Amino acid sequence: MPPLSQRWLLAALALAWVVSAFSGRMDAYFLDVAMGAGIAIVLASSLNLINGFTGQFSLGHAGFMAIGAYTSAMITTALGPKLGWSAPLQQWLLFPASLLAGGLLAAIAGFAIGAPSLRLKGDYLAIVTLGFGEIIKVLLQNMDSVGAARGLVGVPSYTNLFWTFGAAAVTVYAVWGLVNSTYGRGFLAVADDEIAAEAMGLNTTRYKITAFMVGSFFAGVAGGLYAHLKGYLNPSGFDFNKSIEIVVMVILGGMGKHVGVIVAAVLLTVVQEPLRQLGDFRMILYSLILIILMITRPQGLFTWKTRKKVEPA
Amino acid sequence: MTEFLQQIINGLSLGAIYALIALGYTMVYGVLRFINFAHSDVFMVGAFVGWAAVEKLHIPTGTIGGGLLVLVTAMAVCAALGMLIEKLAYKPLRGRSTLTVLITAIGVSLLIQNVAQNQRIGFGPNPKPFPEVFPVRQIHLGELTLSSNQLIVIAVAAILLGALYWIVHRTRIGTAMRALSFNSTAASLVGINNNAVISFTFALGSALAGAGGVLYAMNYPSIDPLMGTLPGLKAFVAAVLGGIGNLPGAALGGLLIGLIETFVSGTRFSTYRDAIAFAILILILMFRPAGLLGKLKAEKV
Repeated sequence: MPPLSQRWLLAALALAWVVSAFSGRMDAYFLDVAMGAGIAIVLASSLNLINGFTGQFSLGHAGFMAIGAYTSAMITTALGPKLGWSAPLQQWLLFPASLLAGGLLAAIAGFAIGAPSLRLKGDYLAIVTLGFGEIIKVLLQNMDSVGAARGLVGVPSYTNLFWTFGAAAVTVYAVWGLVNSTYGRGFLAVADDEIAAEAMGLNTTRYKITAFMVGSFFAGVAGGLYAHLKGYLNPSGFDFNKSIEIVVMVILGGMGKHVGVIVAAVLLTVVQEPLRQLGDFRMILYSLILIILMITRPQGLFTWKTRKKVEPA
Repeated sequence: MTEFLQQIINGLSLGAIYALIALGYTMVYGVLRFINFAHSDVFMVGAFVGWAAVEKLHIPTGTIGGGLLVLVTAMAVCAALGMLIEKLAYKPLRGRSTLTVLITAIGVSLLIQNVAQNQRIGFGPNPKPFPEVFPVRQIHLGELTLSSNQLIVIAVAAILLGALYWIVHRTRIGTAMRALSFNSTAASLVGINNNAVISFTFALGSALAGAGGVLYAMNYPSIDPLMGTLPGLKAFVAAVLGGIGNLPGAALGGLLIGLIETFVSGTRFSTYRDAIAFAILILILMFRPAGLLGKLKAEKV
């Protein structure tokens, strides 16, 4: 598949802008679900770069999301009022800057975690990222300056349709462009056969760390969007279950499939609303989906053709 | 000096439990080469079976015989659960990529946790007090104070480890297990029924986890459906520390993690005790990925 052109990105951004301009006329409930779906696309596409295209298995995506969420929320709540900017200036300048800052900090965390642990394979990496995700949650629960376990309240609601779908478009464009570029073929090579990729002279560790950092960056941006959508943050919202939700989106859509993962992210967010009535049974259903999918359709729901892969003897 | 000895006893009794759980991880890794995420939840189920045996089946408490009966019940139920999990979730995935099996294992773990947390079909999310299954006494040895529960934990763990060693090294099925973990293709060529051996391995590992669950619950006042996660992760670290796939390594790793954690709890870093296991894991994986007793195998292309 050719990389998406810049024209595609501009068109997507323009569309988000136009739709956002009419958002005043839309139902508030519908808007909330739509923005949730946009954030889910950012999360799932970025995790897809790590888990799908590069073939690593991260279970700590919610941790990076938490870093981004808290960073950008702290910038807009603590720094925002001191600047004395007008409201539109805050929403259109300070907010995107805070999203970038959140993403960058998440990427730095991704590097700090990835550099030592990406030398590990499959299941070890999964456990280490799980552990780090939990550690981030515990750290936030003990940090009084961000509200500790009580949570952070009063985050301004700057997130709108333009920002969520703009971020989703940029994420998809970046991931799509990255894996289809000459450089980005290396991600697929690492996923297909790490030893062969290394023998070809690719620096596999560097590819893995790059994927991890880019994925963490967008997870951080998604966290910032989430913070300014809900207006309230609690460390326990970024637990292992949240990571699993994102993993399920990637698996359902098919690991390493662009469109499938986007469809799955939207689908799971929309389906969640009626599923809320199920209460406790929701996570039971999720785990059953995970098991049954892995046994019957490990390539994902929306995938019919798979790349031919030779199993090593 | 007294305090030091006291801490050693505390550490050993905690480490013995980690060792029991770690053995399950390492045995399954030996035969199937994947991390059984659901193992920590089998441990949790063990504690709950112990609780149910006393509260619902009215097995007498406070006697040695009753306590052993509770222990055996938990082991039997967990062994059956382990075999069931293997049959339903992992067997259809034989020969598939590690990642597929790993994700399934995470799914199984979440399923057990959420079913257990459910009020209507499980135990409910609230912690439950664990009954005193064995008689509780304080034993004074000079200036040392030992609780009888600690001694029971160490004794039961030692007996189970001895039994496991005997099964693995002195019986036909144990020999088959070792053959399978050495080379599964060759094992099936000489007539070993791989599926039966794998099933047995799951039963054995899960029974140990079940015993670990009851022993762990005895020393902690209450049990809840998420209690398995943290001890499970620490036991996994113990298995990696000793060298995953290596039985004496898992026992050694468990004892070491228990001791280190107990000593850290005694210092002013006590709030970080849960993070210690992860720090150890990262250090081993960076400097000695094969673990203390494991041998690093070159990857064949």
